[in-house]
Amino acid sequence: MTIVEAAQGRQRRATPPAGLPRLLANPTSRLDEHLDAHGPVPRLRPEALIALVERAGLRGRGGASFPTATKLRAVASGRRTVVVANACEGEPASAKDATLLTQAPHLVLDGLAVAAAAVGARDAVIATERGRTEVLDVLAHALQARAEAGVDHVPVRLVTVPPRYLAGEESALVHFLNGGEAKPTSVPPRPYERGVHRRPTLVQNVETLAHLALVVRHGDAWFRSIGAAEEPGSALFTVSGAVVNPGVYEAALGTPIPSMLVAAGGTTADVSAVLVGGYFGTWVPASALGSVTLDNRSLSAVGAALGCGVVAALPASRCGVAEAARVAAYLAAETAGQCGPCVNGLGSVSAAMDALARGQDVAGATAALHRWFGMIAGRGACRHPDGAIRFVKSALHTFADEITRHQRGMCTATDRAPVLPVPHSSPGGISWR
Amino acid sequence: MAVTKRLRVDMIACDGHGVCAELFPERIQLDDWGFPIIDDAPIPERLLKDARRAVTLCPALALQLVDDTRR
Repeated sequence: MTIVEAAQGRQRRATPPAGLPRLLANPTSRLDEHLDAHGPVPRLRPEALIALVERAGLRGRGGASFPTATKLRAVASGRRTVVVANACEGEPASAKDATLLTQAPHLVLDGLAVAAAAVGARDAVIATERGRTEVLDVLAHALQARAEAGVDHVPVRLVTVPPRYLAGEESALVHFLNGGEAKPTSVPPRPYERGVHRRPTLVQNVETLAHLALVVRHGDAWFRSIGAAEEPGSALFTVSGAVVNPGVYEAALGTPIPSMLVAAGGTTADVSAVLVGGYFGTWVPASALGSVTLDNRSLSAVGAALGCGVVAALPASRCGVAEAARVAAYLAAETAGQCGPCVNGLGSVSAAMDALARGQDVAGATAALHRWFGMIAGRGACRHPDGAIRFVKSALHTFADEITRHQRGMCTATDRAPVLPVPHSSPGGISWR
Repeated sequence: MAVTKRLRVDMIACDGHGVCAELFPERIQLDDWGFPIIDDAPIPERLLKDARRAVTLCPALALQLVDDTRR
C-alpha cells in the first residue's frame, strides 16, 4: 500500500489553512509528514482542473503575473505536452523560490503533478541553477521518496542550469533543455507552441505550482478568501534592506508595503525608497509607500509591478543613484549578448548611470538616458532590455533630487556600503551551458 | 483583398550591417549603435518593392516580410 492509499484509506482530508501562511504553513521535506499535513492530491479531469484554476484566478508568481489557466489551456490543446517547473531564481534580491523549495518541496512537486495532469503531459522537468546545493539535495531526496511511494504518474527529471540571470527566462530554459545554451531565443514560436523536443511546453514558476497544489485540494473559494479582488491569494515576498529581519514572508496580495516591512520586524532606519519587483522592477519613493499595496492594480498607479515579489527598503543613508548604477552594470553584464540594442544599449545606459553616480556630466548623461529609454525598449528578442530600462527609468524618477545634488558635487549618502546584492562576475563570465 | 505585409527583424540574427536602412529609409532607421529600428506598420503597395529588396539584401538574413495578422 502506498502512502497515498494509506492516506485515502483513512479518508484524510486535511483542513485548509484558515489564514496565513498557506505555502509555508507546514514546513517539511518529508513526504509522510507532508501528506499528513496536506492530504493526498485529489484527481480531477483536465477540463475540470483548468476550470477550477480559472475560477480561483491564480496568476503566475514568476514575474509576469500571467493567468495560469490561460497558459494551461494553451498547452493542453497540444499533443505530447511537457511540463517544466521553473526553479531558476537568477534574481539576486530574491530568495522566495529557494525558501519554498527547501521548506515545502512536496507542495511544488504536487503542483507539478497537477499541472502535468491538466495539460496531459507524460514528461516533467524541474530545473534549478547549478551550485544550489541545499535545493538540489532536498529535491533529489523528495523525488526519490515520491518514486518509492509511487505518488506521481509522470516521471520527473531534475535538471541543473547555468547560474545566469537570464537562464530562467522561459525560452532560454527551453533552449537549454533542448541541448543549447541557456540564452533566450527569438519568439514566436513560444514554448507553449513549440518547446522542449519541439513539443508544447508549460513552463511554470515553482511558487505558482505550489499554489496550484493547494487550489486543487481546497478549492477556488478558499483560494480567493484572501488577497485582492482581481488578484486573489497569497504570495511569497523577499524583504531585504533596512529591515530588522530580512527574509521570505508570505502575505496576502494587496498587503500595504509598510505592513510588509513591519512583518519583517520593522525598519532599522529612515527609508528613502523601496524597490518593488526585483531588478526589472520599480523604485517606489517613501512619499508613495502609504498609498500603494502589493498587487499589480495598485502598483501600476506608481508605474510598478509585483514582479517576483522583491521588496527592498533603501535606507536614507545610502545613495539610490549609486545603488541603481551598480544594478544597471550587473544587468548590462548579464545580457545574453545576442541582440545589438541590448548589448550596446545596456552598456551605454550603464556607463551613463555610472557618470550620474559619480556626478560627471550629469546633464549630458541624463539627456542621453532619456533618449535611449525610447530607443532600447521592446527591441530585444526577450524582455531583458525592457526590464533593465524600466528599473533605470524609475531610478531617474525617484532619485531626481539626488541626481540634482550630484550635479552640484554633493551626495546625501553617509554610508557607501551596498544594499542591493550584485553577484561578482567571474573572469570571462559564467558559462551559458 | 490581399494580405498586407509588414517588416520584422530577428534581432538575434541581426549583425547591424545597416544595409536595410540604406535601402529602405522610409521604414527603417538606425539606432545610436547601428541597429535597425523598424516601423512595423503595414507596407503600402508602392513601397513593397523596396521592402523586398531590403529583405533580400540583408547580409544576416535577419529581415523578414511577414503577413500582418494584427487587426
